[in-house]
Amino acid sequence: MAEVVLKGVEKSFGSVKVIHGVDLTVRDGEFVVFVGPSGCGKSTLLRLIAGLEDATAGDLFIDAERVNDLPPAKRRIAMVFQSYALYPHMSVYDNMAFGLELAKATKSEIDQRVRQAARLLQIDTLLDRKPKQLSGGQRQRVAIGRAIVRDPKVFLFDEPLSNLDAALRVQTRIEITKLHSDMKATMIYVTHDQVEAMTLADRIVVLNAGRIEQVGTPLELYHRPANLFVAGFIGSPQMNFIPAEVTQTGPGNVQVRIAGGSALSLPLMPDDLRPSEPITVGIRPDHVTVGPAGPISGRVALVEELGENHLLYVDTEHGPRLTARAPGNARHRIGERVSVTFDAQSCHLFKASGEALAARGSSPTPAGSSPRMNLA
Amino acid sequence: MSDAVAGRITPASARRRRSSLSRSRVRAAWLFIAPPLIVLGLVAGWPLARTIWFSFTDANLNNLREYEFIGFENYLANYDGEWLGLLTDPDWWRSVWNTVWFALVSVSIETVLGMLVALILNAAFPGRGIMRAIILIPWAIPTVVSAKMWNWMLHDQFGVINDMLLRIGLISAPITWTASPDTALWTVVMVDVWKTTPFIALLILAALQMLPQDIYEAARVDGIHPIRVFFRVTLPLIRPALLVAVIFRALDALRVFDLIYVLTANSRDTMSMSVYARQQLVDFQEVGLGSAASTLIFLIIALLVVVTMTVGRLRFGEDAR
Repeated sequence: MAEVVLKGVEKSFGSVKVIHGVDLTVRDGEFVVFVGPSGCGKSTLLRLIAGLEDATAGDLFIDAERVNDLPPAKRRIAMVFQSYALYPHMSVYDNMAFGLELAKATKSEIDQRVRQAARLLQIDTLLDRKPKQLSGGQRQRVAIGRAIVRDPKVFLFDEPLSNLDAALRVQTRIEITKLHSDMKATMIYVTHDQVEAMTLADRIVVLNAGRIEQVGTPLELYHRPANLFVAGFIGSPQMNFIPAEVTQTGPGNVQVRIAGGSALSLPLMPDDLRPSEPITVGIRPDHVTVGPAGPISGRVALVEELGENHLLYVDTEHGPRLTARAPGNARHRIGERVSVTFDAQSCHLFKASGEALAARGSSPTPAGSSPRMNLA
Repeated sequence: MSDAVAGRITPASARRRRSSLSRSRVRAAWLFIAPPLIVLGLVAGWPLARTIWFSFTDANLNNLREYEFIGFENYLANYDGEWLGLLTDPDWWRSVWNTVWFALVSVSIETVLGMLVALILNAAFPGRGIMRAIILIPWAIPTVVSAKMWNWMLHDQFGVINDMLLRIGLISAPITWTASPDTALWTVVMVDVWKTTPFIALLILAALQMLPQDIYEAARVDGIHPIRVFFRVTLPLIRPALLVAVIFRALDALRVFDLIYVLTANSRDTMSMSVYARQQLVDFQEVGLGSAASTLIFLIIALLVVVTMTVGRLRFGEDAR
């Protein structure tokens, strides 16, 4: 088991730079998830750690050893691919044993390791089958089994659940969490699915356009996003963003006026904000209340019933469309005139640069280093 | 629609409806199949039938109207205790052996070389597209043209190959490549390899490019040696395509004619079954004997096709399970 350290890692394909200087420490035994939109470089970063791509600049350490110049096989890593990457002509057993045959393991040792991993993943009855005779979920287990038998220092997962159906994805997610707690191995996991990231990760690394936007525990990212990008990416449905203008600042207090004229007083550190500066107010759909009376008026554009709760999309008169989530069945119909209110305590403020304002009372420590949650 | 209708009408009328539908389908099918069947019958079936018929006659090229049925005498006959006929002709057996030897050796060399070329072309390097086009040139040249070209290059006195070998001192006297019994068949094999390696290379390359890339990355992560990956992963996965390429080439090689005829004419050392048949039929005007030889070639190749297809189906069946 090992720590993975990236120092100023960069990667260019020809003249296109896809990773712009990434610094990151993945602690021993930690489960870190790289998340971001398509093309953000998360898979490339994983492949750099695996050694399937060479870093253009920077240093990569696994277990305190610089591995930039080591081939993948010597990095003591194992990788689970999105497409499973099973050898189609080999049985499940051979798929798992193939990588071991060279590692100077005796036949009985290989056999023992393969059968042990197969039992752990409950595929011990499938060992004689070929990959094409397996379901997607079973193939995924074989791919994970092939990683386990190698007893690596670091497990790398490249979107392993994206080819599974929804039910199987939830089940496999739970199994991967259990696997991590059983094996206590360092795991790095790439996904574009923020639900996977939230449920699996000890810490999440949010990537965008080849840069780290924020590193932190799932709840830190949810409750205290460092910037507009993270705020918009983490959480579903997406956080509402309302353009506004600063009217007044005081110690630990910012007053803004949102489009349409409503004024809000927010308990946030104003930093160097000045009056009349444009600013963005962020509010999660759960904190938006739709009712007969309120400061913002609008019309219901769309209703989505989810059973245990429902989503209302409200077109406001002067601002953007707002999303609200409330428990139970919807009590409003499409086209109905409604008013929207929200709790200033739950609002986030983002400067024109995208940077979030810190909440009053929380120290301005770098994002991700404090496990404390912010509930304003 | 048929379900809804069938629910209301009696089973008997339903059967009639279905059968009238399938009857019209069968009619349409025959309509579409008929033209190619007629063309095939005219260009392949009729000549084949005539060849087989002539093989049982004493027909002569001088006068193809008058001949007599003589049964199996072209194949095997006993005159006064002496066995005669095609099956007793040492030249025929020599040509059979030449053909089989040529097919085995040339197809083996072509497969190995073609595989190497395909593996090289499968790697990403600048100018790969041009290389792929260039490698096809020998295959694109008509056999007669390339055989004639090699004939000049291999000429014992004025050929460029003897000249080069003499200059670098590999040989002390010019070699009569196509005439000497020691080198003739090997020379034919060499030219055939030069010409048809691109064909196999291209078929294998197509198979290689169908392979998923992720398993090679998985093998890299697992630290498996590339040579081992080739024999344990690549080769098993391209086996179906390889099999098709080898069967194609083997059938091609078994009926080789133009290359050998242009390079060495009717030399006994290199005579293939097809060259033998042509010699009997045209040079000796023995239409009956030539037809008998052609019929035997047809039977030998047909038998090999059936065998390879059966073996292939068994193998593929194994895979499908």
